[in-house]
Amino acid sequence: MSLADSAMGLGLKALNRVAGSAVVDKLGLRQLAEKGLFQSTRAGFVVAGKLGRSFSAAQKLVKPARLSPASGTGLFDLTPTDEQQMLRDAAHSFALEQLRPAASAADHDSAAPADLLQQSSALGFAALGIPEALGGAGSERNAVSNVLIAEALAEGDLSLAVACLAPGAVATALVLWGNESQQARYLPAFVADHAPAAALAVQEPQPLFDAFALHTTAIRSSGGYVLNGVKALVPRGTACELFVIAAQLDGKPRLFLVESSTRGLSLQAEPAMGLRAAATTRLRLDNVKVEATALLGSAEDYAECIALSRLAWCALATGCGKAVLDHLIPYANERIAFGEPISHRQAVAFMIADIIVELDGLRLATWRAAAKAERGDDFVREAAIARELASSKAMRIGNDGVQVLGGHGFTKEYPVERWYRDLRACGFMEGVVLV
Amino acid sequence: MIHLETPKKFTALVAQAHQVAAQMFRPISRQYDRAEHDEPKELRMLASLLDGMNAAGGGGGAGAAGAGRERSSANEGNRNGSNLSTVLGIMELCWGDVGLLLGMPRQGLGNSAISAVANEEQLERFKGRWAAMAITEPGTGSDSANIRTTARLDGDHYVLNGEKIYVTSGARADLVVVWATLDRNLGRAAIKSFVVEKGTPGFELVRLEHKLGIRASDTAAFVLKDVRVPRQNLLGSAEVNVEKGFAGVMQTFDNTRPLVAGMAVGLTRACLERTRELLAGADVTIDYSKPARLQHAAAAELLRMEADYEASRLLTLQAAWMADNRQPNSLQASMAKAKAGRTCVEVALKCVELCGATGYGEDELLEKWARDAKILDIFEGTQQIQLLIIARRLLGKSSAELK
Repeated sequence: MSLADSAMGLGLKALNRVAGSAVVDKLGLRQLAEKGLFQSTRAGFVVAGKLGRSFSAAQKLVKPARLSPASGTGLFDLTPTDEQQMLRDAAHSFALEQLRPAASAADHDSAAPADLLQQSSALGFAALGIPEALGGAGSERNAVSNVLIAEALAEGDLSLAVACLAPGAVATALVLWGNESQQARYLPAFVADHAPAAALAVQEPQPLFDAFALHTTAIRSSGGYVLNGVKALVPRGTACELFVIAAQLDGKPRLFLVESSTRGLSLQAEPAMGLRAAATTRLRLDNVKVEATALLGSAEDYAECIALSRLAWCALATGCGKAVLDHLIPYANERIAFGEPISHRQAVAFMIADIIVELDGLRLATWRAAAKAERGDDFVREAAIARELASSKAMRIGNDGVQVLGGHGFTKEYPVERWYRDLRACGFMEGVVLV
Repeated sequence: MIHLETPKKFTALVAQAHQVAAQMFRPISRQYDRAEHDEPKELRMLASLLDGMNAAGGGGGAGAAGAGRERSSANEGNRNGSNLSTVLGIMELCWGDVGLLLGMPRQGLGNSAISAVANEEQLERFKGRWAAMAITEPGTGSDSANIRTTARLDGDHYVLNGEKIYVTSGARADLVVVWATLDRNLGRAAIKSFVVEKGTPGFELVRLEHKLGIRASDTAAFVLKDVRVPRQNLLGSAEVNVEKGFAGVMQTFDNTRPLVAGMAVGLTRACLERTRELLAGADVTIDYSKPARLQHAAAAELLRMEADYEASRLLTLQAAWMADNRQPNSLQASMAKAKAGRTCVEVALKCVELCGATGYGEDELLEKWARDAKILDIFEGTQQIQLLIIARRLLGKSSAELK
């Protein structure tokens, strides 16, 4: 099944508006739109075999399939394209109708429901940027679309959004930096039915972790590499069939493709303050031997990878911040203290005003960086700025979210304590998600 | 198509504005800070130059006059128009000097009010004149709905009586747009703005303020004693519509707040750039590949300030862009003003602190910028007023509910 088919569930609500748009045909939505029916789910879930599938190249590529840089008019513009708006609307409906109702239980269970992951995979968000040559629907670089999707999904639930988007990070890494044989070996699986769980593992457990000075090492050995080290907070590690793992090679951080069944790789649940629905795990590499073909991309590509992942966390923080804001507005208007709604007090009202100011600043900074990234312009400074805002302002939003609810906010009756826990991750996490 | 860079078509304008800021404003910045109340004569020449540029189709340009409703006929799709170009120009000029920008002839907030709400006949009549804006009174600051200056219709004239303070460029402008009420009992709906010619009998300039900053810009106080203003000088509708209330006069702010935010953004950049240079001399530079917590404390501080600067700048461009595209932008205009206003004060003060005695001394402009900055979080609506506007809008509250 191709992505075109997998994408059938996309954007139903926005279809009327874009019925004339080319993307409708491209994603195979026309027939669906005309029939006007919603195939809510296609199939129950399948748990991947613990040993994982054996990846093999079904087709040969002469050269890697790449996306061309996004084009544009060069004018200042804050309007998403029709296509982006459709994806955003689809992600938003999925987030509010599916992710939000499931969030509390998933947080409690430290696991994302399998049917949700299956649905998300069927919706095709994670595989959106895979080039047409490999069965996908992508032609241009789509960092902005990915930002809009991550934002929309995180508005439903940040942890579940991470669980849904994590495999897409590996697919994106392969699209952007994989060579022809790496792409041919792994990418077709991501557009097929039952796309593999996969994760981009960069984060390490040590305090003051620096993504450019990794403790995990790769050493050249008999035509391949030997990897040693520990990776932290890897989403759904035990379910993953494929990892992209960051390790220091010759003093420079690089990326390596490691299949889950490789000897010496072990996983252990690593429950944390938040991101619980993403079932975070600690991954250990104990003399893990990989072939020379496992090295993914260049040292420059690694720097781009880090910047793109920071942007993805910014987008997630923006979406979660929006959830906080939308929760606080009715709450502050309905909660009575001293005979009137607490929203009549400046101390409360100004907190809420500050939330939208800082949230919009964060969103715009993230959009700017993503728009530069997809045009192929240098965006390291812009990504650093967005990340700084995500780290300080988004956490402040999470903090104020609990504060406005007071004691209620501290209990699990309300979602704000979960957002408080999840938003803390956006300030320091490296890897995991990409835009 | 989301794209948040300065559009190519404005790069020439931005470069020109930057040249003016660097070559004309900066060299006389300290001089007019010291010689408060001396009119910077250099600005008259510069204003003529800018008028020429605008007439030549530069579009927008330097001052407040560029902001306003887009008057052109329907034009489908994304627009980058005069609100955006004006705010970009202002950012550059205020990187040079905020006080000098405020003192630019024919670019006053009064011009902006005229541009926003005047009819065609008035636009023609006041063309090329320098207009200041008089809202504040001794007993009325942020609560501008409470103004006491009265306007009474007498034949073909309105008769104005009252007192006005904090009139920027009040001494140097040709016209002053005066806010007055037609009937104090009818509240804000009765407040109208009137264009008063300097030299009209009864319209007296009583003093110029001595200020913390923006000393190159004169700030005047006026008394109005039976000032007779032709009735065709009333801006907007003469009708007192209690339903629509304050909308007419307040509409001006939707266009001018992004401009004041732009001033703050320009000043913030000046502080950051100079501080970066000075700290580089002390071997402190930002590494953008690393988060703040992994850097020298001063570099981390710079990165944080740069992030706030960028958020301010983008919020400001957003508000201006929305005005160009005829989208309601009151909320975004207040958001931009709130963020940019507080950011410029925080950044300017922190930069002085980081640079120590060098930052505090008069050999550098940092201390001056820290003094200039404060007004930007006050005029055109204080920080607290902006937050009130934002909060009321978000929470759906009236001014009686959320005070």
